[in-house]
Amino acid sequence: MNKKTGWARISVGVLALCALLALAACSKKEETPAASSMADQPAMSAPAATPIDPATVAAINGTVKFDGPAPKASKIDMSQDPGCKGMNEAENVVVTGGDLANVFVYVKDGLGNRTFDVPKDPVVLEQQGCRYHPHVLGVMAGQTVQIKNSDPTTHNIHPTPKDNREWNESQPPSSPAIEKNFAREEIMLPVKCNQHPWMKMYVNVVKSPFFAVTGKDGKYEIKGLPPGDYTLAFVHEKLGEQDQKVTVAAKDTKTVDQSFKPAAE
Amino acid sequence: MVAARGTEDPRGTTLKAIATPYNRGLHRLAVVLACWTFLLIIAGALVTSNDAGLSVPDWPTSFGSLYKIPKLVGGVKFEHTHRMIAQGAGLLTIVLAVWTWRVEKRRWMRVLGLAALGTVIAQGILGGITVLFYLPPAVSSAHAALAQTFFCIAVVMALFTGRKWVEEQPRVEFDQRRPSLFTLTLLSIFVLYVQLLLGAMFRHHGLSWWPHVVHAVVVSFVLAWTTVRALTVYPHIEAVRRPAILMLSLVIAQLCLGFTAFLTRVAWGRDAVQPELPMVMATVTHVAAGALLLATAVILAIQVWRHVPVAFEEILPQAQRDPSAA
Repeated sequence: MNKKTGWARISVGVLALCALLALAACSKKEETPAASSMADQPAMSAPAATPIDPATVAAINGTVKFDGPAPKASKIDMSQDPGCKGMNEAENVVVTGGDLANVFVYVKDGLGNRTFDVPKDPVVLEQQGCRYHPHVLGVMAGQTVQIKNSDPTTHNIHPTPKDNREWNESQPPSSPAIEKNFAREEIMLPVKCNQHPWMKMYVNVVKSPFFAVTGKDGKYEIKGLPPGDYTLAFVHEKLGEQDQKVTVAAKDTKTVDQSFKPAAE
Repeated sequence: MVAARGTEDPRGTTLKAIATPYNRGLHRLAVVLACWTFLLIIAGALVTSNDAGLSVPDWPTSFGSLYKIPKLVGGVKFEHTHRMIAQGAGLLTIVLAVWTWRVEKRRWMRVLGLAALGTVIAQGILGGITVLFYLPPAVSSAHAALAQTFFCIAVVMALFTGRKWVEEQPRVEFDQRRPSLFTLTLLSIFVLYVQLLLGAMFRHHGLSWWPHVVHAVVVSFVLAWTTVRALTVYPHIEAVRRPAILMLSLVIAQLCLGFTAFLTRVAWGRDAVQPELPMVMATVTHVAAGALLLATAVILAIQVWRHVPVAFEEILPQAQRDPSAA
């Protein structure tokens, strides 16, 4: 092998390696354009909603409890950005008097092939005090999420989904709201700010409007449910998921409580 | 068997192919680049440890600008500082490559200068790809590994342009043992590079922690074997002894740092709401010491190649071995 051939082979090898790396980088995101277009036009191809008789609708409510001593909230150090002021406690497990907040409750199964109109009103996600409000959000697939920044500092909003399109955008102070939507159903989709690493929240994307998030009192309520047999899922970011079967008759109001045990160490 | 490289051989030629004059400016620039790159590796490690890799969402611009410095708060402080130091490294490499090309008589040094330039460009592109594609583990790990590869290139350029390398007439001792010390140094580089990849994959969420921890045992064994051989057989060769001592010290330090990094990140920091200072310090120091260790292994291999070459028996065809055939 002469020297020129040797260098040519090395050059081809390096180019091939670069191409492989680029391919590896791109392959994960191949479906991105499709996801993006679906997300941008949610209502265009959506089938007509299955009608629900308002005279027969039922409701489910209840309280989610934490079965154990309330964990001490971790402190957050916001000193790396003078623009961040506010409560400095983590929200990963929020327990008040035994009531568990930030549990996403939704009808996981039992709705069959019903379809539902996507609400025209956006859901608002606020960044204030270098925290997300709310910490856990429910939204229908295709529904607009309006993201606002009320802080005197720049945030970046970075969802890290499994089934939806990933994106990462910065939002300076006093800038217009960012409007996004998620095309596919996904539970506990993490959203974070890479500028302020303690800022985390979860978006739950579902196909039906039958969902709720527990408040500080641990309570939730799901209204307008057609009569039927359902599986109700209770999902917490740290404590996992628990399901309950429930049957509701016409005009019924059922109470379904749930409790979570502390996560195993 | 002892010989001196660079001395006149019986045919009247020198073993040094080219008499290279020492260029102080070029050497100093290479040293500055090596130190700057070490700083860059620390800055990059700070970005990863502080989970700030995507705090500046665009590339090659930063918040839409190529030259404006954004407010250095939060994650931007780490990410943009890393980008600015990287730009400096790129500029230094361009100057070093051009200067080397113009003044170096050694052709392989000119090629090395170009290789450094190619590596720093590839590294910049990898850094950009990893931002634009939201930190895919394979790309981020390649970025981390190439960073240390570039550091090694900068360090060896500083070595090869140094007065001692250029002007000394090295005394040579042929290595009769098997495996040879040179083989052991190459094996050390290999296991260290594998360890670098495993560590990078773990840091960038592409792999569990245990392959890195298990391989640390292999690394410790190979590096201990290499350094013990170097220090017991060739303690009188300063160019071998010094990097061997440094390598042994760094292995010990690195094991301690690795253990601390494991405790602060995996054992205690699993559910931390934000990157905590002990974890950041331990992991960044671990990365920096790893880079120094890899560069030291490369230097040791080069010095062994120069001072303790492998002795081999030339196998002649039967016809040439038979005195009557002469």
